[in-house]
Amino acid sequence: MEYFLQQLINGVTLGSIYGLIAIGYTMVYGIIGMINFAHGEIFMIGSFIALAVFLALAAIGITFLPLVILLMIIVAMLCTAAWGWTIERVAYRPLRGSFRLAPLITAIGMSIFLQNFVQVTQGARVKPLPPQIQGGLTLMDSPSGIVVQISWIQIIIIAMTVVLMTAFSLIISRTSLGRQQRACEQDRKMASLLGVNVDRTISLTFVMGAALAAVAGMMFLLYYGVIDFYIGFIAGVKAFTAAVLGGIGSLPGAMLGGLAIGLIETFWSGYFSVEYKDVAAFSILAIVLIFMPSGLLGRPEVEKV
Amino acid sequence: MSDMTSPSAADHPEGAERLSEERREAMRGEPPFVEAPTTDSRLVRSLKEAGITAGLVALLTLFFFLFRTDIAVGGLALSLDPVTWIVAIAIAFVGRFLLSFFVFAGERPSVGGWKKVAAATARWPIGKALGAILLLVALTLPFLLSTFLPSQNRYLLDLAILILTYVMLGWGLNIVVGLAGLLDLGYVAFYAVGAYSFALLATNFDLGFWVCLPMAGLFAALWGIVLGFPVLRLRGDYLAIVTLAFGEIIRVVLLNWYDFTGGPNGVLGIPKPTLFGLEFSRGEGSFSDFFGISYSPVQRFVFLYYIILALALLTNFVTMRMRKLPVGRAWEALREDEIACRSLGINTVNVKLTAFATGAMFGGFAGSFFATRQGFISPESFTFIESAIILAIVVLGGLGSQLGVVIASVVMIGGIELLRNLTGLQAIFGAGFDPTQYRMLIFGLAMVLIMVWKPRGLVSTRSPSAVYKEKKTIGADLVAQGEGH
Repeated sequence: MEYFLQQLINGVTLGSIYGLIAIGYTMVYGIIGMINFAHGEIFMIGSFIALAVFLALAAIGITFLPLVILLMIIVAMLCTAAWGWTIERVAYRPLRGSFRLAPLITAIGMSIFLQNFVQVTQGARVKPLPPQIQGGLTLMDSPSGIVVQISWIQIIIIAMTVVLMTAFSLIISRTSLGRQQRACEQDRKMASLLGVNVDRTISLTFVMGAALAAVAGMMFLLYYGVIDFYIGFIAGVKAFTAAVLGGIGSLPGAMLGGLAIGLIETFWSGYFSVEYKDVAAFSILAIVLIFMPSGLLGRPEVEKV
Repeated sequence: MSDMTSPSAADHPEGAERLSEERREAMRGEPPFVEAPTTDSRLVRSLKEAGITAGLVALLTLFFFLFRTDIAVGGLALSLDPVTWIVAIAIAFVGRFLLSFFVFAGERPSVGGWKKVAAATARWPIGKALGAILLLVALTLPFLLSTFLPSQNRYLLDLAILILTYVMLGWGLNIVVGLAGLLDLGYVAFYAVGAYSFALLATNFDLGFWVCLPMAGLFAALWGIVLGFPVLRLRGDYLAIVTLAFGEIIRVVLLNWYDFTGGPNGVLGIPKPTLFGLEFSRGEGSFSDFFGISYSPVQRFVFLYYIILALALLTNFVTMRMRKLPVGRAWEALREDEIACRSLGINTVNVKLTAFATGAMFGGFAGSFFATRQGFISPESFTFIESAIILAIVVLGGLGSQLGVVIASVVMIGGIELLRNLTGLQAIFGAGFDPTQYRMLIFGLAMVLIMVWKPRGLVSTRSPSAVYKEKKTIGADLVAQGEGH
């Protein structure tokens, strides 16, 4: 029971990170119907920027942790959002209206480029960051000696995810930008006829997705303490799995899918085998797509002739 | 303001109507008048754009060029490199300025997106001639190399073998993606199955290359059907992502199934191919001994070259013949419109599975060739990046175009390989400059640029496989390939 609870907490933390990345996938897929293959790399770039900011702040003597984390979030979101915007502008916008495979290929090309760009500029070796936030809350101290603990960093991750998700849902449902995004999602041509600046809306979607991925990257850095240039691929595929599982195009779905993938992965590693945890996640993806292509909360695709 | 002008608030219209009334009030009946935007001169505009680009580049590369995290004694250390950063910004500024000033100088249309549909033009059959020339060069390449470039003979031959392997893989994937329109991102799985089935058969049962080759193809085809069956209902991007997942699953299983595959250590000691039992080595019963010529290690490379050339040509031949068979026609029909196919009574299940199986079979052949060439395989050779490279070759070449695959392979694989020789650049960038480091970086960038430049691929016209009366080429914009629906 205690073991189960501990795994549950770990799974929810991991799921929060996946969920934040998954939002970027689900929004981009919803609005222009393409898999933004480079989104995992955006996440990786976010974590590298967060690391550089952390080290730069330490170098000039700022070590007050809340301030450091706040600055890390702000700078990482800003710079990563710039990357998201640039990628969309350079690799996807020229191909809008082209056939469907073209943006997928540029996305893969971008992904290869970004991975190697970071490898060349920051080196191929893993970057270890010693844990910055120690300790936590002990929830249960059973006589058998198993302690159920939720660490501060886990609390921060979960709380931040909840806050960001709420803010994001409000943006989508209440603001005019969100209305434009929903309009573009339904019918891009009609939206542009009604005066929605479609290109701008799509760019902003990429910017928002990248900013969330940057937060996820920063939390990944603080939680695991080890990053390298290759973390984006696996995290990206899993987050995409989460987006598909939740129903692509649906925001609560992305979060739900992220939690589900995080829990499945954690419990699989906890009870079966660590080596095959990726296989578990990928099998879930295949099974969901085959038997439930619209996901948990998605709308079924209507086939029009 | 509106309250004052309206007689009473009670009969005031609500919502949008009210807003528009208020607006009309505010304008006092005048028609909306907007001042024409002032246009900058070309120089000012170019400078502005260059400034914006430079600022963006500064922001993007701030944490990648200026700051560099290194592993130091007490954890991580940060080093500063302002020179690279400033140079990058300067390059961006100048480059963008030149582009804006000279290339994009013309007035930009305010409404874009309309393209002329290229008329079907009867062109000089350049494709056919080029194909024939390429074939001739390919057939005589070992002799050409040994005559004209004897010093680099072995290296170039090895490179040619590599390129031909990708040509073969590209042609194999072209059946699935180009002809049947099924987007497969896990093609490397079949490559791995072929390589591992040959390697395991050869090392466990002591079988030779030529016995194992058909078996490897068969196994791969079987896996094609096994993996193809569950994804029959999926389309487009979903299909891509599930095949990607399958490819990764196979790789992870190969990596972790120690007893069977050797895990990350891979399989060692895979036998080399023989020519009717003649080995390419020194001593009794070898090729050089039998024909009474002096032994040279190049002979084995020449032999390998002809094997992969024959395999690649076989792939091409089978594909071209398949296109003329009912099943090939059905593939192309499926690519164009699946619903129409079903309503015409085509069994889409069988059509898709044959496409998967045929493509996988050639992937398996290529895989066993890869295993015998390397003599050693491990799961590291079958990562997603390989699938991406193969798919990139197919799409960059122009989906469904056989010649395009060849051109794309030569450009992407050969061109990237050329970077190894650019050691002259060390004079510019300093002795620490290692061009091979930038291989994949440039590969990724080239993928993006070629795609943006020619979204339909390098060879974008098609000749139809079914002809009525006279043959017409199909313009790029009319080719609906790979739409995935």
